[in-house]
Amino acid sequence: MIDLVREIAAGLFLFAGAFFLLAGAIGMNRMPDLFTRMHAASVGDTLGVSLMLIGMVFLAGFTLVTVKLVFLLAFLLFMGPVASHALAAAALQAGVKPLLASERTKKPSGKRKPSSVKGSGKP
Amino acid sequence: MLRTASLALALFAFWLLLSGHYTVWLVISGLVISILLALAGRKLGFADEEGHPIDRLFSGLIYWPWLAREIVKSSISVTRIILDPKLPISPQLFHTKVSARTSIGVATYANSITLTPGTITVGVDREHDRFLVHALTKAGADDVEAGDMDRRVRRFEGRAE
Repeated sequence: MIDLVREIAAGLFLFAGAFFLLAGAIGMNRMPDLFTRMHAASVGDTLGVSLMLIGMVFLAGFTLVTVKLVFLLAFLLFMGPVASHALAAAALQAGVKPLLASERTKKPSGKRKPSSVKGSGKP
Repeated sequence: MLRTASLALALFAFWLLLSGHYTVWLVISGLVISILLALAGRKLGFADEEGHPIDRLFSGLIYWPWLAREIVKSSISVTRIILDPKLPISPQLFHTKVSARTSIGVATYANSITLTPGTITVGVDREHDRFLVHALTKAGADDVEAGDMDRRVRRFEGRAE
């Protein structure tokens, strides 16, 4: 009985994680430029992977494997953002111009409406 | 010294939990290596309050659950944007102020911003105490600028002011 509950909980978590990973992948394809793509990828990176690992913790039960999965989760959450930051900083330094909706500086020229930017492919 | 001891203990616990083989030889060698590593860390300078910030553990236990909730919230909103046929994004690049003063505080804040989907810390400018942040939407940018996370990181950092 308790095994069944555990497996259902694990299934739910794995399913939710798969959903967010898939959403991240779809977003990677739909977003218009590098930075917005990184935002889409970070959905799968953080919540997707976390939910997957939590689901696996439920499957593993109360063993050493659980501890290893928790370590894995902690390391991912500590190191993932460092890699993302390095990628974004390198891109900016290399001269990739981020696609922006409107100027946030308070110049009068920034009156253009913050309209949504449709994906045109090239930044 | 207390910090070095705590690092040795943490390394030993890590060894025990990862190995799973509890023979006398393996446990003793793990203990010896942990102690040697902690002493080396003391000598080389990675066993300081930056390399092994064990005293921040308890304020972390308050901060991390809040951060987890933020991650879930912003993940859902970014997912909604991704699945929206109109793709309603309004990317922003802006500077935000940082009130954290210690290296741990600044690193935690930068990582937290990057960790929440929809915002990425692109640049860290410690001279002017500000980050360059890229946000997917105007709403996400406003959330960062509201400074809630900034205040919580400040509290996590342990400087009541």
